[in-house]
Amino acid sequence: MSMDRREFLKIAGAGTILGLAGLGLFERVTEKDIEAVVERYTKDPSAMNAKRWAMVVDLRRFKTEEDYQRIIKACHKIHNVPDFGNPKDEIKWIWVDTYGHAFPGQEHDFLPEWLESKFIPLLCNHCANPPCVRVCPVKATFKSPDGITQQDYHRCIGCRFCMAACPFGARSFNWRDPRPFIKEVNQEFPTRTKGVVEKCNFCTERLAKGLKPACVEESKGALIFGDLLDPDSEVRQVLRKEFTVRRKAELGTDPSVFYIIGGSENV
Amino acid sequence: MFEKALEGSRRYWLWLIALAIISGIGTLYYLKQLQYGLGLTGLSRDVSWGLYIGQFTFLVGVAASAVMVVLPYYLHNYKVFGRITILGEFLAIPSVIMCLLFIFVDMGQPMRILNVLLHPTPRSILFWDSVVLSGYLFLNLLVGWTVLHAEKKEIPPPKWIKPFIYLSIIWAPSIHTVTAFIYAGLPGRHFWLTAIMAARFLASAFSSGPALLILLAMIIRRYTKFDPGKEAIQALGKIVTYFMLTNVFFMGLEFFTAFYSGIPGHKHPFQYLFVGLEGHGRLVPLMWTSAILAIFSLILLLNPATRRNERTLAVASAAVFISLWIEKGFGLIIGGFVPNPFEKVFEYWPTGPETIITIGVWAAGFLILTLLYKIAVSVKEEVGESAHH
Repeated sequence: MSMDRREFLKIAGAGTILGLAGLGLFERVTEKDIEAVVERYTKDPSAMNAKRWAMVVDLRRFKTEEDYQRIIKACHKIHNVPDFGNPKDEIKWIWVDTYGHAFPGQEHDFLPEWLESKFIPLLCNHCANPPCVRVCPVKATFKSPDGITQQDYHRCIGCRFCMAACPFGARSFNWRDPRPFIKEVNQEFPTRTKGVVEKCNFCTERLAKGLKPACVEESKGALIFGDLLDPDSEVRQVLRKEFTVRRKAELGTDPSVFYIIGGSENV
Repeated sequence: MFEKALEGSRRYWLWLIALAIISGIGTLYYLKQLQYGLGLTGLSRDVSWGLYIGQFTFLVGVAASAVMVVLPYYLHNYKVFGRITILGEFLAIPSVIMCLLFIFVDMGQPMRILNVLLHPTPRSILFWDSVVLSGYLFLNLLVGWTVLHAEKKEIPPPKWIKPFIYLSIIWAPSIHTVTAFIYAGLPGRHFWLTAIMAARFLASAFSSGPALLILLAMIIRRYTKFDPGKEAIQALGKIVTYFMLTNVFFMGLEFFTAFYSGIPGHKHPFQYLFVGLEGHGRLVPLMWTSAILAIFSLILLLNPATRRNERTLAVASAAVFISLWIEKGFGLIIGGFVPNPFEKVFEYWPTGPETIITIGVWAAGFLILTLLYKIAVSVKEEVGESAHH
């Protein structure tokens, strides 16, 4: 029997298709499938956009322990942040510390009592001039066009140069497999593997769906979020009105998180 | 020439086997670390680099010190060092290999290490460090091997090797300067943010490296028929003296700036290391050991009688090496992290597995060093014998 090349390919091709169909491996790509893919990779029209996302922390509106716990829990829950229960392995995206530790060098012996005992929410500053991005040897941490300092958990080699570079202690490392220490996994957000660095991402995944960051949503107005480069944004309105400070601004990293410490109204 | 490494006395083989066993145990513990994660070490969120990165930093210095024998010989025609340039070059090779191994065991995701080449990032100092370290390894392999090969054949080294030798002389300070830049360019780490960091690194490199070379030369003379020469050892002794003096002087400059300026952030790491801070002082005994050994070594080195006496010179060299190992292989790294960016003291101490992995890497380095020195010394012995006949 003789067969030319064309004939052979026809038979072989048909055989392959039939075989794959029989195995359920072959499916006809319908228009609907293509639409689904296009939709998946098209920006959500309701997405929130900005040139430089920023946050104002209004300490005057943090009154009770619950006010802090609410925002921390909301963040750590949706981002699958593990709880190891020890400071050595600790991973945190948003947490609290005292004034003297949040603003070292600014404390003195005659601070009002309320400020001595007041906790200050801390998170990644999403600096405009971030040392962590500068030092990363593989661009696993980078700036996105909306000003967020992002972390690629799949590229990170775990050298921890970024942790040495960050003056704000904003970065955590997975010293061991975090998955057994996540109480309830949120399937919408990736869990991390051991050996990579992570930190606050300003809820970039929520902004893409038109939602404000989880902590902002839970803060009852104590955290104000918006575009620093939009003169009409809520953040800018607050900055025009109130006296604000940034952590370690003298280092030139240009943080995007501002703090209203407030005065006697905190008493 | 490699066949020279495969023949040797019973003692030679026992030494090699012992080193292989130690590095094998280190490898087993590394596999455990690979499985569990870097949590097996004493590192934490607050002190995120420790013993591994300290060893890397210290060994870059040892590697760079080869230039201290290569430069006088090739640029100043200092014939005395002609016999030992190979010892400097062959010390640099295992030192760089140990550096790379220490970086490797410190990686959270070692299987992704090639990302450094896949996504080259020139703005990162680590990128440049990988460039200069691998370049230096290549240069020393090429130069050392080629020159030794010529010596074996009893012919002058080929002319084309000269540019590589000169390049290696310029290259040596670069590896330690770039390594210093890893630390000296970070905002918010007061202990590291000092313009003389690279200068300090070079001073400590050019004292600790030649100090080790003195000890190695003495060991070689004792156990083989090759004599590196009394004069060469004495010249190395002077190099160690000047650079150790410079090193202690630089350290004094750091203390002056921190304490006379009185800036709390600058003072705190020094206080933590030498007297303890907020009731924490785990490194205090170590740092004082380093300081006392430094002064002790200088007394022996500056006094001509004790420097000329090889017995006391050996003691001084060991003191220099241990002092700088503590200062750079440990204190320098931890001081950058304590207190942390919140001005809180969270201490670090290496764990057992971390220490075993560290010893394992050192054993692997000494294994390579032994093989290379065996080759070099065998060639020297052979040439020496034929010259006698």
